[in-house]
Amino acid sequence: MFQNIGEMLLLLGRTLMLAPHAWRERRKVAEQLFEIGNASLLMACILSLFIGGVLALQTGPNLAERGLQSIIGSIVGLSMCRELGPVMMAVLIAGRVGSAMAAEIGSMRVYQEIDALRTMNIDPLRYLVLPRLLAISIALPMLVVFAVLVGWIGGALVSVYNAQIAISFQGYLESLKESVDAMDIFNGLLKSLVFAVVVGAVSCHQGLATLGGPRGIGRSVTKAVVNSIVLILILDYFLTRLLLYIS
Amino acid sequence: MIPQNQSKTGGVRVEVRGLRKRLGQEWVLKGIDLDIQPGECFVIMGPSGSGKTVLLKHLIGLEQPDQGEILLDGHRLVDSGIRDRYRMAMVFQSGALLNSLTVGENVGLYLREHRLKPEQEIARIVAEKLELVGLEGMEDRLPAELSGGMKKRVAIARALVMDPQLILYDEPTSELDPVVAVAVVQEIIRLRQRLSATTIIVTHDRDLAFGVAERMAILHHGEILAIGSPDEIRHHPEPTLQHFLTIDFSLKA
Repeated sequence: MFQNIGEMLLLLGRTLMLAPHAWRERRKVAEQLFEIGNASLLMACILSLFIGGVLALQTGPNLAERGLQSIIGSIVGLSMCRELGPVMMAVLIAGRVGSAMAAEIGSMRVYQEIDALRTMNIDPLRYLVLPRLLAISIALPMLVVFAVLVGWIGGALVSVYNAQIAISFQGYLESLKESVDAMDIFNGLLKSLVFAVVVGAVSCHQGLATLGGPRGIGRSVTKAVVNSIVLILILDYFLTRLLLYIS
Repeated sequence: MIPQNQSKTGGVRVEVRGLRKRLGQEWVLKGIDLDIQPGECFVIMGPSGSGKTVLLKHLIGLEQPDQGEILLDGHRLVDSGIRDRYRMAMVFQSGALLNSLTVGENVGLYLREHRLKPEQEIARIVAEKLELVGLEGMEDRLPAELSGGMKKRVAIARALVMDPQLILYDEPTSELDPVVAVAVVQEIIRLRQRLSATTIIVTHDRDLAFGVAERMAILHHGEILAIGSPDEIRHHPEPTLQHFLTIDFSLKA
C-alpha cells in the first residue's frame, strides 16, 4: 500500500501540473459532475438523515436524564459538520464513485484504450484523470453541504418527536446556532476537499495500474476502495489535530 | 531537442538499432536491427510469441527498450517533441476503440483533442474517412454495436484522420473472415498509395504478408531470422523459416 501511495502522489503531482488545461476540459468535468451527483445525492441524503437521527437517539435520552437535552442541537450540529458529514460522505463516494473510476480506467487500460490515446499523443492524465479529479473535488464538498443540512434535519426530527427527548424545534435550532460557527463549516469543507483528492487520486492510480484481464480490474477496484477508506480515516485524525491546533 | 510543430509530409525513415527487451526473466527481443525506408510497406512476420507485437509497441513508443534505440529520420524516438514533429498512428489488433464514445467521436478524437479543426470541419472529415472504409452513416453507433471487422475499419479510419507519416498495423486480418480480411487489406494498400506513409504491418498471416510487403522480416524467438523482399524470403534456405512458410493443414489421410 505504501508503494502505491508514492506512485499515487506522483500521479497527483503530475495531474496538478496539468491544472492550466482545466478550462479546456470543462465539458468532461461537467459530465463527471453529473455522474457523481446522479450516483450519490439521493444516497447521501438518506444516509445523512439517518446518521443525524441516530446521533440524536444515542445521546438524547442520556442527556435528558441529566436535564441536558437542550445541547442536543450543538452535539448533532458539530458532529455532522466537523466529522460525520465529511467522513461518511467520503466513504460513500469512495465506494460508489471511486470504484467506478477505478473500474472504468482499469478496463480502458486492459483493453488498450489508454495505449490508443497515447498513440494519438493524447495524455491520459489530461484526458482521464484531470476531469475526474476536478469533478470529485467540486462534488464532494457540495455533497457534504447537503449531507450536513439533511443530518441536522434528521437530528431535529428525532429530538422533537422522540418521547424520551422531546425538545422543541426552536430549542434544537437555538442550541445548534449557538455552537456551530463558520469555522466549523469551513473545517468540514476543507476535510471533504482533502478526502475528495485522496479518493480521486487513489482510484485513478489504481485504474491506470491495472494489469491482466477482468480479475485485474476487480483487484484494482477493491484496492481503490480499501486504500481510499484507510487513507481517509488516517488523514482524518491528522487533519482534526491540525484544525484543532489552528482554531 | 527537436523543434516543435514542424509537420512533415510523406513517410518517415525508421531505424531500429540493437533493440533488446526483457519481460520478467525472459528476453523477448534479443537485439533487433532494422532499417525501414520512407514510404516503404514493411511486414514483420513470425509465429505467435515471437515478439512481433512487443516490437511494434516499441516502434510507436508504448514500450521502452532495455537496450538499443529507435530512430525516426535520425531522431531518437524518446526525444522530447518527437510526437509533435511526426504523426504516428497504430491500428491495434482489437481495434482499441474507446467504448464510451460513439464511432464518430472515436474517429474525430485526435482532431478534437488537439483542436486542429472547427467542429463542423471535424464532422465532415469523420464522415469522409468513414466513407473511405465503407462505414458511411455509422457516426452515432457505439463500438459495442459493431462486428470485429467493422471495429477494425473504424480503427483504420481513426488512424487516417491523423494523416500519419508512419502507420503501424497489429495483426490487421486476425479474427476476420476471408472476405472482410481481403477488404481490410485492400484498404491498407489503397491508403498506402494515397498517403505515401511508411507502413509497418505485424502479422502471422502469410497471404497478407506476401500480398502487401515490399520487404519483410521474419521474427523467431525475439531474433530476426531473415530480412528481404518477399521473393528472397520465399527462397531463403533457413529450415525454421521454410517450415513456417510451408506448413499447412494436411490432417486427412
